[in-house]
Amino acid sequence: MAGGATIEGSNTTATYEQARTWLLLPAWITLAVLVLTPVLLMLVYSFLTKEFRGGVIWEFSFAAYEQFFCDRGLFGDDPCSMEWTYINIFWRSIWQAGLATLLCLCIGFPTAYFIATRPERVRPMWVFLITIPYWVNLLIRTVSMRFMLREEGPVNNFLTWTHIIDEPIQMINTNFAVQVGLFYSYLPFMVLPIYAAVERYNFTLSEAAADLYATKWVILRRVLIPTVKPGVIAGCILVFVPSLGAFLAPDLLGGAKNFMIGSLIEEQFKGNAGNWPFGAAASMILLSSVLVLLMIYARSQVRPRRVHSEGA
Amino acid sequence: MRSQTLNIRNYTGFASMTVVCLLILYLPLAVVAVYSFNASQSIVAWEGFSFRWYVDVFTGLESEKFKLAARNSFVIALTAATVSTMIATLAATGMTRGGRFRGRTLSFGLISLPLMVPEIVTAVATLIFFNTIGFERGLLTILLAHIAFCIPFAYLPIAARMQGIEETYEQAAQDLYATKRQAFTKILLPLMMPGIISGFLLAFIISLDDFIITNFVKGAGVETLPTAIFGAVKQGIKPNIMAISTMLLGFSIVMVTISYFVSKKDDEV
Repeated sequence: MAGGATIEGSNTTATYEQARTWLLLPAWITLAVLVLTPVLLMLVYSFLTKEFRGGVIWEFSFAAYEQFFCDRGLFGDDPCSMEWTYINIFWRSIWQAGLATLLCLCIGFPTAYFIATRPERVRPMWVFLITIPYWVNLLIRTVSMRFMLREEGPVNNFLTWTHIIDEPIQMINTNFAVQVGLFYSYLPFMVLPIYAAVERYNFTLSEAAADLYATKWVILRRVLIPTVKPGVIAGCILVFVPSLGAFLAPDLLGGAKNFMIGSLIEEQFKGNAGNWPFGAAASMILLSSVLVLLMIYARSQVRPRRVHSEGA
Repeated sequence: MRSQTLNIRNYTGFASMTVVCLLILYLPLAVVAVYSFNASQSIVAWEGFSFRWYVDVFTGLESEKFKLAARNSFVIALTAATVSTMIATLAATGMTRGGRFRGRTLSFGLISLPLMVPEIVTAVATLIFFNTIGFERGLLTILLAHIAFCIPFAYLPIAARMQGIEETYEQAAQDLYATKRQAFTKILLPLMMPGIISGFLLAFIISLDDFIITNFVKGAGVETLPTAIFGAVKQGIKPNIMAISTMLLGFSIVMVTISYFVSKKDDEV
């Protein structure tokens, strides 16, 4: 069989154009059935009536969303006033995820910059060092942080040994521990995209600015950071999104008092509360916030930089 | 001039920040690894070097539970990584070699969907899905969920690799009377191998490490290594947990190192 007809215009004729549908079909089916359908089903569940031992009754109801936003008093017949419990949990999650993002940025940016400016030969080694923790089981990393922060743990021991504090301070089961945990969990997610951006940065721009008598910090602020901004934003999103829905850090480091939205959702399905429609509604609210954020991000991306090459 | 350009590049304090960053990332893991060799029954005091907790993991009271969990984890990770890598390889071929077509963006969106949806949301949705269709929760539900969310992790390195391979190789093969199938299996597939291996390893680790989704879709009594560790940690961190953690840690590091050298060798070609 002669397949040589593709010589002329070889850039436009794709090799597997006829087989394309068949090639993509397994992925389409798997993801449509196992991800897309479940998410749509979750949307449906959030409008159903709860059954007390978990599960749902197939009757349309706004109860789940009402429970999230609406306080109807002890007997449930008062007029709706604002319910703050869940909004506060949500708000605190946003706040903690935001703070974790900021902390990661403060440590991650200098690190990424430092690595990207090493000689080209040793750069992969540095990236490798950052990548390892990224690949290590998040559960194990969270457990090790719990080990570090506990009452008689290394951190407390070190602080008492150096006489910074007189007796161990309670760190585990506090918001502080959750904050540290989130920061520690997602730090590599910040470094890698910023590194990728700084590595592509053309340092002649900095030289040009220096020739025009800009100081180093002015160059950093006015030339470098604006140029690598897409990488910075990507890093922030990669830290913020998983922090917002985090479950392990609040559960293992925060204990029962320091709920985040992830723990609230988990409680509805695994815990004793067992309110599936409410859990589905809380998940929908979380998902919508994330999707809105991602859409804003996609809009803000400069087009030519991100376009995928179409077989060219 | 040379020294001046170097000077522009270097900022005081950035090097020390990098040291801080690496310390933060590695110190907790190193401490747990060191303490897993502690001879003491308690996790507080250091009583000398010993392998006793590693022995305990394999022969101790809880060893059966952890062995079973480990076997479940590895079987699921191996199967999920294999299946999702195959699906991802086909999809990457279709996406990068399929020309322009309507629904390309949509396909890409669908493939990266598991990366955009927060993990806990995927977990909830999958649980609801299996519950609605009356699929009993067990190992199979874990496996199906893992196959789905591993696809984008396998897809990205494979597609990245494929984009870097010029189509002219396959066209040359076809000019020499190779069939499309031959051009794929004899030319494209070997060239893609480094990407496929990276994709497979990444999917494998992602599946092996997953806790949140597994925790939701697993049946009662079915445990994988992460859910078993989580259950044990809830009772307090015991030394045998630290030994298991250290072994998993070592395993992950070996996998990343392999993946690193595969891609490095690939760069030299």
